[in-house]
Amino acid sequence: MNESSLRLVWVYPDLLSTYGDQGNALVVERRALQRRVPVSRVDVRSDQQIPTSGDIYLIGGGEDRPQRLAAERLRRDGGLNRAVANGAIVFSVCAGYQILGHEFVNDLGRPEPGLGLLDVVSVRGEGERCVGDVLADIDPQLGLPPLTGFENHQGVTHLGPAARPLARLRVGKGNGTGDGTEGAFNDTVFGTYMHGPVMARNPHIADLMIKLALDVNALPPVDDQWYDALRAERIAAAVQPA
Amino acid sequence: MSGNSEPLSPRAKLAVTAGRAAAAVSRVAGRGSGSVIGGRVALRFDPDLLARLARHLDVVLVSATNGKTTTTRLLAEALRANGQVVSNALGANMPAGITSALAGGSEARYGVIEVDEKYLAGVARDVSPKAIALLNLSRDQLDRAAETRMLAEKWREGLAGVDAIVIANADDPLIVWAASSSPTVVWVAAGQEWKDDAWSCPSCGGVLQRPSEDWYCAECGFRRPTPTWALSGDHVVDPYGVAWPIHLQLPGRANKSNAAVSAAAAAAFGVDPKVALERMYKVQAVAGRYDVVTYQDRQLRLLLAKNPAGWLETFSLIDQPPTPVILSVNARGADGTDTSWLWDVDYTRLAGHPILVIGDRKMDLAVRLEVAGLQFMVCADLDEAVRSAPPGRIESIANYTAFQDLRRKVGN
Repeated sequence: MNESSLRLVWVYPDLLSTYGDQGNALVVERRALQRRVPVSRVDVRSDQQIPTSGDIYLIGGGEDRPQRLAAERLRRDGGLNRAVANGAIVFSVCAGYQILGHEFVNDLGRPEPGLGLLDVVSVRGEGERCVGDVLADIDPQLGLPPLTGFENHQGVTHLGPAARPLARLRVGKGNGTGDGTEGAFNDTVFGTYMHGPVMARNPHIADLMIKLALDVNALPPVDDQWYDALRAERIAAAVQPA
Repeated sequence: MSGNSEPLSPRAKLAVTAGRAAAAVSRVAGRGSGSVIGGRVALRFDPDLLARLARHLDVVLVSATNGKTTTTRLLAEALRANGQVVSNALGANMPAGITSALAGGSEARYGVIEVDEKYLAGVARDVSPKAIALLNLSRDQLDRAAETRMLAEKWREGLAGVDAIVIANADDPLIVWAASSSPTVVWVAAGQEWKDDAWSCPSCGGVLQRPSEDWYCAECGFRRPTPTWALSGDHVVDPYGVAWPIHLQLPGRANKSNAAVSAAAAAAFGVDPKVALERMYKVQAVAGRYDVVTYQDRQLRLLLAKNPAGWLETFSLIDQPPTPVILSVNARGADGTDTSWLWDVDYTRLAGHPILVIGDRKMDLAVRLEVAGLQFMVCADLDEAVRSAPPGRIESIANYTAFQDLRRKVGN
């Protein structure tokens, strides 16, 4: 594994980094380095070209106007779609998750085309903003412990037949459709509404991305004591809010 | 325009009296200074009271994400060179608190008013200020989704019809966007360390280019205006190019920046920058911030940092390693309940300091610091943290309610 190097691409931090999204990049980077996997991280601003040679692409959350600008620039660029066609992994959060779908509602209240990398369509929710701790069971196919996160959004995301829910909710609103689903994935493309950031609360998701990228089944263990303590605290808070 | 040239109407007097009575009851009941409840009661008696009270004053408003309480204090001190000042010096910065503060200063000539960002346009409409000082805008309290650029947009719309001199930071693109609808703007190169809320052009959405101190949008031409005042190291440079030394008891670059804006604002009222800056030296701790207290044989400096921009400025003023640092973070209502912002703060700046972690959300901080590759110790509470540090100076940095907890604990 020492010969492998992980190419991590953080997409458009100038537009999509409102909710501590750098955290996901930092956690992936840290956990790869702890396994002695060298990492090269590239932060790509929205006036730069998306490299197509990355292993893992991370896209974060943002407000409505930056989301539209990001979608416009990503469509024009085309690099992310080419990277996925080459087998790259994409992990997206909130506004980024909506952009990966077929369509979302932009800041002008109009449907905005996404990248079509996930079979989902997002609209704006009518009710109150979803804010609070979330607890959900991740699709057993992925073999991960429960998902803990913090949601803070007003989107509603409907899944098409080609997308699987990332998790089934125990507490929280998730996709906001009322069907108990949270997030979506298909093959190597993942989306979630979870902040936290999500990988800080669920380091096993970061590990899964690394394993997929390196094409290995297991990684050497690392000391998870602080992650475990945080998870226990937040899971308890979700079940029994203060 | 100085002092009370015309008496308050009977209705306004009644409102002020009712407000004072409510405040007194609140104080007796042990519920703080009572300034907010007093203002609320007074406004119910007379909804136009704020406008009426302000009519007798030369008002200057101060707003920003960070530094507005301190700047209000610095500016109030500077204007006292010319006459009495009434001010909401304790940071009660919404309409009720402002009303209450103004009701307490019937002899004053100037009103120096800190205003919460969300209320700036409304308060500016009500009180017809002579001047408005705008310092910075950045992300704060994520769960309230007050998009920073939207706030700048609201300021821009709200200030367009206000006939005041606006004193604004030319180094913050969002402030420049907000201020440039005003007919009279005094631009101050006041600096800004945090840049991550202004990579997009507020005007057209293009990517801002930021070579060294300058910034501009290559797409629409929106750019940094030429400042007439500037913060230059430890000096404020006035429009004539004269550099005046800044002497503050308050630490850090951010407070020098606050002093520069205050000097420019005071000049709009005819106060000489030399006089203004000399007077600012008097300002010590502001609502407990920067206070040094002795606690269990250690000297704790109390530092408030509410958001990523605030943390960044705070890291730049703390003592060098090996001074221990206590970090305390809560996520209660007043803090914002989404702790994701911790990941926007570059904690690697604390490398070399012993780090002690407390607060409601110490586990979030622990993971943050672990991922940053730092050594740290999680403690049950302040006492354990203090005992873990050797006698001497300790820097303690806390967000909003954690800071209040800290003050209460050390008897500040």
